[in-house]
Amino acid sequence: MMTTQTGSLEKPVDVASPAATGSRLQAIARGEAFSPAIHAELEREQSVLDVDDFNLWYGAAQALHNINMKVPAGKVTSMIGPSGCGKSTLLRSVNRLNDLIDCVRVKGDMRINGQTIYHKSVDVIELRKRMGMVFQKSNPFPMSIYENVVYPLRIDGERNKAVLDEVCERSLRGAALWNEVKDRLQESALGMSGGQQQRLCIARAISAEPEVLLMDEPCSALDPIATNHIEDLIHELKGEYTILIVTHNMQQAARVSDYTAFMYLGRLIEYGPTATLFQKPILRETLDYVTGRFG
Amino acid sequence: MSAKTDRLPSASGKRRGSSDGSATLLAHGEPMVWLTGGGLALAVVMIVGLLGLVVYQGIFTFLPVPVVRSELHDGRVHMGEVTRRESYRPAASVIDSMPEAIQERARAEVAATDGWAKRRLVRTGNFELSGEHFDWVSDYEVARDRFPEWALVIERVTWGRFYGEPVAFEIEHRLEKATSAEAQAFAGLLHPAAGRELRFRVGGVLLAPEAVDQAAQVDACIEIWRDPADVWRQFGKYHGDVRKRLERRQRLEKHDTGKVSHRSEAARLELREAEIAAEKAGQRHGPDSPRTAEARRRLEEQRVAQAAVDAEGLGEFQRIRGEIQALNQENARYRMVMKTTSTAETPVSLSDIVRAYPANQLSLGDKIGIYFSRWGEFLADDPREANMEGGVWPAIFGTVVMTLIMSMLVVPFGVLAALYLREYAKAGPMISAVRIAINNLAGVPSIVFGVFGLGFFCYLVGGSIDQLFFEAKLPSPTYGTGGIMWASFTLALLTLPVVIVATEEALSAVPSSMREGSYACGASKWQTIKRIVLPRAMPGIMTGMILAMARGAGEVAPLMLVGAVKLAPELPIDSVFPFLHPERSFMHLGFHIFDLGFQSQNSEAAKPMVFTTTLLLILIVAGLNLFAVMIRNRLRKRFQSSAF
Repeated sequence: MMTTQTGSLEKPVDVASPAATGSRLQAIARGEAFSPAIHAELEREQSVLDVDDFNLWYGAAQALHNINMKVPAGKVTSMIGPSGCGKSTLLRSVNRLNDLIDCVRVKGDMRINGQTIYHKSVDVIELRKRMGMVFQKSNPFPMSIYENVVYPLRIDGERNKAVLDEVCERSLRGAALWNEVKDRLQESALGMSGGQQQRLCIARAISAEPEVLLMDEPCSALDPIATNHIEDLIHELKGEYTILIVTHNMQQAARVSDYTAFMYLGRLIEYGPTATLFQKPILRETLDYVTGRFG
Repeated sequence: MSAKTDRLPSASGKRRGSSDGSATLLAHGEPMVWLTGGGLALAVVMIVGLLGLVVYQGIFTFLPVPVVRSELHDGRVHMGEVTRRESYRPAASVIDSMPEAIQERARAEVAATDGWAKRRLVRTGNFELSGEHFDWVSDYEVARDRFPEWALVIERVTWGRFYGEPVAFEIEHRLEKATSAEAQAFAGLLHPAAGRELRFRVGGVLLAPEAVDQAAQVDACIEIWRDPADVWRQFGKYHGDVRKRLERRQRLEKHDTGKVSHRSEAARLELREAEIAAEKAGQRHGPDSPRTAEARRRLEEQRVAQAAVDAEGLGEFQRIRGEIQALNQENARYRMVMKTTSTAETPVSLSDIVRAYPANQLSLGDKIGIYFSRWGEFLADDPREANMEGGVWPAIFGTVVMTLIMSMLVVPFGVLAALYLREYAKAGPMISAVRIAINNLAGVPSIVFGVFGLGFFCYLVGGSIDQLFFEAKLPSPTYGTGGIMWASFTLALLTLPVVIVATEEALSAVPSSMREGSYACGASKWQTIKRIVLPRAMPGIMTGMILAMARGAGEVAPLMLVGAVKLAPELPIDSVFPFLHPERSFMHLGFHIFDLGFQSQNSEAAKPMVFTTTLLLILIVAGLNLFAVMIRNRLRKRFQSSAF
């Protein structure tokens, strides 16, 4: 049951020794190479997104080191790790949002359904249309609720009212928002509550039928009730959409996700089924982190 | 200072400065509150003071005041409105030069107030009689002040105000060399009226009807009222009609004559164009080519057409002249005879009178009525008497139109430039240099922009346009001289930095989360700018526009070079095709203020008008700004989030 990715392990993994934990983290901090522990269950999953030897630098500082991971189709995959571990950077690399930052440089590649993401020939705009993204802070546009939801279609030049109406209703229903806003679709989206705004952003993200839904700490700015709503929504969206979610909250990762990746200092440390990772992880460090002993 | 700050409670926990009062004061920041508050108070006092002065002086300009008749010890009499009072120290020589009889008393009066005396500035008017508009009168000179019941203030079309007491109102009926019997018969047909006398004019002499010799030829029959109350009543009865005829005459002079001359001017231009075409064809194709012949034939046609238009125009012109003459004659029949301080009797034609009122018997309602009627005239009429009297409507119109054209020019340009700087340009020394240059542009003296506008827009661009499209009109320039369009361009250039800076600020204030959200939806850069960034930045852009408008509307110096004039005969927008005339020179309130204050012959009379015009300009700028602020607030409301 406990296996590691074939041939990528350079050092034997020592689960038992606490001293080893410290030394391994120190080794990572020193910049030594590290091979992540990938659980065998992932081998059996069909992947939508593949990350191949991905490295990323902000100027001279390397933020991601040799990330290799698969995101299984139709499942919720969460990424956890202490602040600054690179999980958000990795997420934003998937739809190349990091291109907007001048000093970012990457090496390696990602593939979405087999098609490369990082290549000169790739049209970034077309690429982003295949993904939806939900941000940490809800960012509804300064326009009506309706226009917010159909924004991805509008920029595609869709003018057919029937199509737009249909997409709007489907997306809002998908985001469990339809019943609350169906009577005020033409009102400004900025008049909604914080939780509603975040669900509106989810509706917008799924309106173009994305192949992957990227969520960057979608609940961190919300109160517990709104958080519950969003988590329920993630459960409902599961199966229909592949979701990659970054979260700071380990309970949330445990509640919503099927698979969890643990990252530390720009490296993938351990990646496996959520239940296993939280209860019986391969690595001592993972256990320490999920039980709150460090991080 | 730093020594004291060093003694603030330190991290070691020992409060060394606690016994030192000034240190605690500094620590609490009390002096800074006073310093900053004092700065603000000073600014507020200056602004309120300036505005207060302008408003106070501007508001009371049009209020009617009583007419005082001052009889002086030396026998002189002044009658007019007191516009100002002040204290001064009369020189001894002034009193010495007074007649012996009153010297003693004047000296005693001045000595009683420690050498100070009061004097007043009396607006005496009647310029054509006295050669003065104003007179200083010292209190010690005055023997008696009276407020004559029937003293009239008359605002005239020319020569400024007239003060006097009415002695007669006359209506003349011209009779072409009628016999005495015919004149009597005519007089019998006139409506009987109370207090009226009839006089026949025979060879320049007025005679009672009974005294007219049977054989005499009567030139005119004149109705005369002599009681002041009757005179005033008759004035009220006929003045309105006279004014209407005057307006009709003005319309004929301006509009109808203008149309005729416009037509003949157009015909002349067509002829000139045909001439130029024939000349060019001759040069290009040789004198014998068929094209030259064709051009010559067209020229001949044009000559015939122009002659026809000229003949038609002449006929029309004569018809208008005839009508104007008839109106003048009709108006000349009504006149008021006035008694002034300097002459026994002076006739004043009713057509010369803009407004008249018995200043000393006005009720509050009358005063308010005159006050607002003057404001109405000021706002809606053309100026007269070298801009000192009448209205400022052309200047209001010019100011507003120029400001609006300027805003329409400067906002798109400024927004485009700021968009490139903020959204597209890669940060670097080049962009920094451009930014610094733009900021410095805001500090360039505005007259420099005026010189640039004159040289570049008027002479270079305008001159080229004239060469290309208005060759027939040369050498008189069309676009090659100052005009409202070039003035707007110049001011647009002047206010461009304001818009660019404000727009850049607004663009950078758009949260990056919104841009990222848009990009994540697959929007391109331009789509993001168009759909998210620009609408969101719109209130900030409006702020830039408001600042630019305020700056532009108040600017005078460059306008004097590029198109603002003392008196513009025509508005830049009117009913003559093509309705908008961007090449025309225009009047501007700011320039009007300068002109009134520093270029007028009668500066005392112009002074209150300066304040009133300033008040009006401030109100217009405030109004334009208020309008823009309202739009901005509506936009802001749309982008205000209720949730966090």
